[in-house]
Amino acid sequence: MREALLDMIGDLPRDASGPVFREPWEAEAFALTLALYDKGVFSWAEWTEALSQEIKAAGAGDYYDHWLHALEHLVVRKQVTTQDRLYEVRDAWERAAHATPHGEPIDPASNSAARRG
Amino acid sequence: MNDHPDSHHDHEHGSELSEAALRVRALETILTEKGYIDPAALDVIIETYETKIGPRNGARVVARAWRDADFKARLMADATAAIAELGYSGRQGEHMRVVENTPVLHNMVVCTLCSCYPWPVLGLPPVWYKSTPYRSRAVIDPRGVLKDFGVELPVTTRIRVWDSTAEMRYLVLPMRPSGTEGLGEEELAALVTRDSMIGTGLPLSEGRAR
Repeated sequence: MREALLDMIGDLPRDASGPVFREPWEAEAFALTLALYDKGVFSWAEWTEALSQEIKAAGAGDYYDHWLHALEHLVVRKQVTTQDRLYEVRDAWERAAHATPHGEPIDPASNSAARRG
Repeated sequence: MNDHPDSHHDHEHGSELSEAALRVRALETILTEKGYIDPAALDVIIETYETKIGPRNGARVVARAWRDADFKARLMADATAAIAELGYSGRQGEHMRVVENTPVLHNMVVCTLCSCYPWPVLGLPPVWYKSTPYRSRAVIDPRGVLKDFGVELPVTTRIRVWDSTAEMRYLVLPMRPSGTEGLGEEELAALVTRDSMIGTGLPLSEGRAR
């Protein structure tokens, strides 16, 4: 089922055995998308539309950068969250990362900005 | 919190996430809070696909080192440069160090849940690698952890655990299995498992390659 869906995304970086990722965040973004689809937040047609629009608008560029932008736009359009909230939590993660000694789990929940909303 | 005056070492004492990784974490946090996703379900999806990024790059590095003594010498002296010869390099300029297993020394690598995993050569970290039990037990009881992975080493073999840092990633060079003298690089690479390059496993023996 999923493989059939993924086949609908033309340029998905893949080899003979499936999608390939260069960095962990790419796989995480990929997994988030599949999880939201499973949850019924959007249809696969809506996702491929969002992704292809992103790629068209951006012209060249990195595939998973487009993927991530498309995912952000789609969750905002579906009113799952807002762009401001995405920025806010992103910043909380950055502060938490910088404040976290190496070897400790990074936890933005200890940061007030991530708790709001 | 450590503020380093030298920008070059900004992140020496803190952790770092790339811009894209920060945005993905933000999405994940919000979607989890709102109940749209379950982090455990995400792990399952990632695990399903993680073999696809695969440790094949690392396996090629190991196979080359087994066959080519000059390459191995360069690899042990400057792993980052030697690995780059094969076209594998990270974007964040982390340094690689290769640690070699011998009959008397077994190396094992541990790290944290941040990005300290040599993903240009090993792909995505397995879920257990990021787990608290592995991270804590690997240091306290490496022999016990190895046993859980089905690896029992002679008591005469010392185990050394390497803790990755933000700036130094380790790759274990496992011992070449016996009876593989006639094999080519591709065949050898097929014997090199991901776990054998983390140190929680051993290479496959000849005939067991997939």
